[in-house]
Amino acid sequence: MHKNLKLIIWLAVAILGTFALSTIALNRGESINALWLITAAICIYAIAYRFYAAWIAATVLTIDETRATPAERLDNGRDFIPTNKWVVFGHHFAAIAGPGPLVGPTLAAQFGYLPGTLWILIGAVLGGAVQDMVTLFFSTRRDGRSLGQMARDEIGIIGGTAALVGTFLIMIILIAVLGLVVVNAMKHSPWATSTVAATIPIAMLIGFYMRNIRPGRVLEASAIGVALLLFAVIAGGWINHSESLRVLFDYDGLPLAFAIIVYGFAAAVLPVWLLLAPRDYLSTYMKLGTVILLAIAIVMLRPQIHMPAITQFTDGTGPIFGGKLFPFVFITIACGAISGFHALIASGTTPKLLANERDIRMIGYGAMLLESFVAIMAMIAATVLEPGVFFAINSPAGVVGKEAIDAIAKINSWGFAVSVEQMKQLASDMGESSLFARTGGAPSLAVGMASIFGKAFGKNLLALWYHFAIMFEAIFILTTLDAGTRVGRFMLQDMLGNFNKKLGETSYMPSVIFTSAIVVAGWGYFLYIGVIDPNGGVNILWPLFGIANQMLAAIALCVATGILVKSGKLKYAWVTTLPLAWLVTITSTAAWQKIFSDDIRVGFFSAANDLSAKLASGVLPAEKAAVAPQLIFNQHLDAYLTLFFVSVLWVVIADMLWVCARHLSGKPVLPISEVPHTPCQLDDNWVRD
Amino acid sequence: MLNKLKNIWSNIRQLSGDDAYERYLAHYDEFHADKDAAEPPLSREAFFKQWQDGKWKGIKRCC
Repeated sequence: MHKNLKLIIWLAVAILGTFALSTIALNRGESINALWLITAAICIYAIAYRFYAAWIAATVLTIDETRATPAERLDNGRDFIPTNKWVVFGHHFAAIAGPGPLVGPTLAAQFGYLPGTLWILIGAVLGGAVQDMVTLFFSTRRDGRSLGQMARDEIGIIGGTAALVGTFLIMIILIAVLGLVVVNAMKHSPWATSTVAATIPIAMLIGFYMRNIRPGRVLEASAIGVALLLFAVIAGGWINHSESLRVLFDYDGLPLAFAIIVYGFAAAVLPVWLLLAPRDYLSTYMKLGTVILLAIAIVMLRPQIHMPAITQFTDGTGPIFGGKLFPFVFITIACGAISGFHALIASGTTPKLLANERDIRMIGYGAMLLESFVAIMAMIAATVLEPGVFFAINSPAGVVGKEAIDAIAKINSWGFAVSVEQMKQLASDMGESSLFARTGGAPSLAVGMASIFGKAFGKNLLALWYHFAIMFEAIFILTTLDAGTRVGRFMLQDMLGNFNKKLGETSYMPSVIFTSAIVVAGWGYFLYIGVIDPNGGVNILWPLFGIANQMLAAIALCVATGILVKSGKLKYAWVTTLPLAWLVTITSTAAWQKIFSDDIRVGFFSAANDLSAKLASGVLPAEKAAVAPQLIFNQHLDAYLTLFFVSVLWVVIADMLWVCARHLSGKPVLPISEVPHTPCQLDDNWVRD
Repeated sequence: MLNKLKNIWSNIRQLSGDDAYERYLAHYDEFHADKDAAEPPLSREAFFKQWQDGKWKGIKRCC
């Protein structure tokens, strides 16, 4: 293409992006069209990908097309395989995009649509996508080694151990909070519960099919599975309408939590082919299909956003979680803006498939932009709801009151119009008995998605769309739960293997049962506390998860910064230090506030003290007094956990700075562990078809 | 056009692992078949078992 024409096109993209962004940022009117968010996002992604990512790839990392990748050098036809870049992109995206980018933006919408949207866009472009890309690059240059190994090789044993322990704890918190999201979506909803329950035998059936009936016919089996899942959504409706059947699936939070705990243990102990692998296939197809469908529906429908740009809750009084806009919007939205967990996928799994280094920009940076786009869509689905409805669904009973009439009065007093009749009508449209205090983000996202899908593809099917959305969220939350428990088990076995050889064997059954039980007990505890907490638990667990995830991101950026400095690229090290400095600021501030704040909705200790005082003076009603001691213990535990996370972070930073300072003053440091250059000999057309 | 569709289909098969066994056989023919002490290639069933177990070691899913 002619050079000037290219310039004109990019100029037009820049102007359109600026215009869209200023429209969403400056609009203070009644409502704004969701298409502006989409336009702003796409323009920003395009410019960042074309210019910033390309510059990082060419100048900072100096990607070398002539260099053989680990997939080529170590090709074994199994885990190291040079693979077509679109296929690697698909694997990588499916691995990084979980339920996080759907839940975080929904919760952060309490601040209005603007703060979350800006953070998702800026955070992804300057932080998350950079982290993913540089980690992928460094791991590719090191035979696909994991983040923990790279930390150990490049910075030292402290960094490596911190990455390992951090990962393990994040896994525990993550699974607990995701379990809580599913429990809250199934609570007293026979339709949702029966549909989610049906996904288990369906997955097992597909697993059996792929293993024994038609081995290895993955697509065929998946097609059958997806058809069965859709049928399960419809059949859930029949169960809901049958008086005798619906009681079998109508449960309180606690029994559902125990069911999930038992399920999690079974999934970790059972062989992968029976449950985990088939469930993962189904959830991946569901995830990709639903995200594409949602994008089409939003573009077709161009819905109006009803949430104000900024709400009064930026002052820290928000009902969904306590805490001011800074730092809590940046903690609440981790996945979608920057997620440390991605560094674990970008090191280890993906580099072993990469056919050529030049694909690193598309896979590392590009896949994160797509995940960020998913987060934008979740933000749209949350904010197209009437704000009154949004707050009625997401505010815990502990904040707005248990009775519908109290909750409505409270929400109206904030200036958001909603009525008891409206909520009743909405619940009956969605095939639910009540939509009040359904915290965790899944039900409100499902209502948002159902109303978008309903308008785009037929309104009389609202209840069906709602439960489809719930099933879609539940199935890949449960996949993360299975996979996470299993990974936690492997990590624990690995650590215990240092003390007792037998415990380290991944197929030694007593060790499998023992370590699985420990991991499940770990997240099961937090899930249990979350369920008995009258404030819904999500308000405690989600920020904890956010802090942990951002801490892991900071560790990944520390490793990357250390490598950049050691390879003589100090002048470019700002590329990773910029997001690192921001992450350190927000996680440290958030941790400080979570530990020391006097606000009982923010500070763990002040909440514990407040509850102890109330318990001692006997003002608590009997049911609350019964669980109070456990809640107090948990608040203390959470405070120490937060303290631990932030200390680990500072230790790793200090370690990295020490290594950098030694290197810059000419003292010896651990050598660069990059594998030497081998020329690439792959036939270009074979993998790049 | 037809070629493009075929390409997309082969990518989908590769992405899902549907053609993993065929790819393994191709790899076997290329690297192992001509060696004297070469073991015969795995059966479809045995290969799939190994492939699936290997695929699920380590962190494969994220938040």
